[in-house]
Amino acid sequence: MKSVPENRLTNSGFGSATSVSFLSLTRLRGMGSLIALILIMGVFAVSSPAFLQIQNLMNIIVQVAVIAVIAAGAMFIILTGGIDLSVGGVMALAGVLAASAVRASDSTTLGIVVCLGTAVLFGLLAGVLVTYGRIPPFVCTLGTMSIARGIAFVYSGGIPISGFPESFRFAGSGEIAGIPMMVIIPVVIYAILYFVLVRTPFGKIVYAIGSNEEATRLTGIDTQKYKLFVYSLAGLLTGIGALLYIGRINSGHPGSGIGYELNAIAAVVIGGTSLSGGRGSIIGTVIGALIMGVISNGLNLMNIDPYFQSVVLGTVIVFAVMIDQHSQK
Amino acid sequence: MTITKRTFLAVMSMTLPLVLGAGTALAGNAKVFGYAVQDLGNQYWVAVANGVKDQAKTLGVDVVVMDARTDAARELSNIDDMIQKKVDAILLSPWDANSGANAVAAANKAKIPVFVLDIGVASGSIESLIVSDNLKGGRIAGEFVASKIPANAEVAHISCQPGYVIPALRGQGFKEVMKEKGINIVASQTAESQRAKGMDVMQNILQAHPNLAAVFAENDEMALGAVEAIAAAGKSKQVLVVGFDGTGDALASIKDGRMAATVAQQPYEMGKLGVDTAVALLNDGKKPEGETYVPVKLITSDTLPAK
Repeated sequence: MKSVPENRLTNSGFGSATSVSFLSLTRLRGMGSLIALILIMGVFAVSSPAFLQIQNLMNIIVQVAVIAVIAAGAMFIILTGGIDLSVGGVMALAGVLAASAVRASDSTTLGIVVCLGTAVLFGLLAGVLVTYGRIPPFVCTLGTMSIARGIAFVYSGGIPISGFPESFRFAGSGEIAGIPMMVIIPVVIYAILYFVLVRTPFGKIVYAIGSNEEATRLTGIDTQKYKLFVYSLAGLLTGIGALLYIGRINSGHPGSGIGYELNAIAAVVIGGTSLSGGRGSIIGTVIGALIMGVISNGLNLMNIDPYFQSVVLGTVIVFAVMIDQHSQK
Repeated sequence: MTITKRTFLAVMSMTLPLVLGAGTALAGNAKVFGYAVQDLGNQYWVAVANGVKDQAKTLGVDVVVMDARTDAARELSNIDDMIQKKVDAILLSPWDANSGANAVAAANKAKIPVFVLDIGVASGSIESLIVSDNLKGGRIAGEFVASKIPANAEVAHISCQPGYVIPALRGQGFKEVMKEKGINIVASQTAESQRAKGMDVMQNILQAHPNLAAVFAENDEMALGAVEAIAAAGKSKQVLVVGFDGTGDALASIKDGRMAATVAQQPYEMGKLGVDTAVALLNDGKKPEGETYVPVKLITSDTLPAK
């Protein structure tokens, strides 16, 4: 990994900044979603007594854990100026293959290896097609999504594969000292990714590629290699998401994860990451995921019509992007 | 200054829909039921949900409907939210028997009674499974077929996936009647609940049994596939097709004189019965049967609903 001079590219936890004058705006974007999260939570706290209880807040994190983990991967790809539509399909395939491996061998380790391995391979495949194959990421991952889901259905014959040993379910349904693993794992992952993105040269290069890939390449950085790595990393995170998912529901289902790619992208965008790449923050993404989870949970607690919930979520996404656009000026 | 303005805009725009949404929330804190449904994008479940809502209103119970949108994880999240909301009973139409088992386990832990509407659950403690009388439905289909064909005729049976318990009961009821009437089932194959597979399977059966007089499929999709295969073979006048479910497509096919009959489930009635059963237990202490049956009815061209 080549290092980049510290003074050329800087970034903060709340967003990258390619120039000092930009810093305040990117900070605002991150802060905007945080303030929105707090206010939304305030509305729910007032309207539903069940909302602010510790158990419910824990429920919310458990409910958004899968989306939050795969959204982190989606964010890395979006930072490089790419997009990943394959996560839902890859999640289903990784889940089905891992479920089948566990059922056949009774080995938790094998199940985890198959789950993560499948997802990393698909990430790598998308990366190769995008970089060396020069296929636009949108089209490429649309294709790999369809391939992955197709294989999941062919392999399973459309029938879910269910019933795992407790050890295999640990990531999705276990707890340590009363705290669900679905809370611990995302927190650990986000802490690591924050460090990677903010404190390592790799993180700075990811931002640089998204800001201006050609210029980054001309500084002597092998951008293709880094993009390949980013797609594989996103694959790994999708695999972890799949592991959490199947552990939670105790079943590998070929139809699972439909629409998860869009939810992940929505979390990234609500968190203030620019879809054109180069700007965004890991903290924003986790806030974006939390906003989606809080809205869904809070509206449920308030007896809001399920159909109406989509309207609210869609409205939030639209406004989030609108704010993103305006703050770019 | 502009920064504060933008922050204000951001915050207001995100909270506005929530404030608007708050107005539509139910106010009462009487008995509250939760209905966790697998997919409100599907007419069948919309009908069950409407039955639940209407009957709850009639009986003065609030009901929270949460839609899993075909996602087992969201189903579990919905159950968690219901537990958090301290509903008095959970009515559940699970995504499948396994996801249902997880949902029931969570509700059991929270000591909230669960009434399962259709599908069934693989494990866990439930008060009652409210489900169409599938065995009876299969028998009704059998009686209809038997009344239309001679006793020495050949009939076929197309089943859903092996291991699917509920549709298998339909097949069982049908086979019972055929046995009682001494009618010979010459072929019994699975088409995995799908229309396209139903067509393939029917083609094969017709190949082997050109004199077939009737076929019973355990759902309408497969029956509609069979109808196509029979039409392609030019045997529409010869082979009687009976399905199960009463879907819109099936009713249209009966109207066109292509399918002979279907055994219709009554999802709206199922929703009502679910609420009745739960209210009977919670308010009147009336313990339900392990399985509560929703009547099914035969629909032929003579008994088609008006529209």
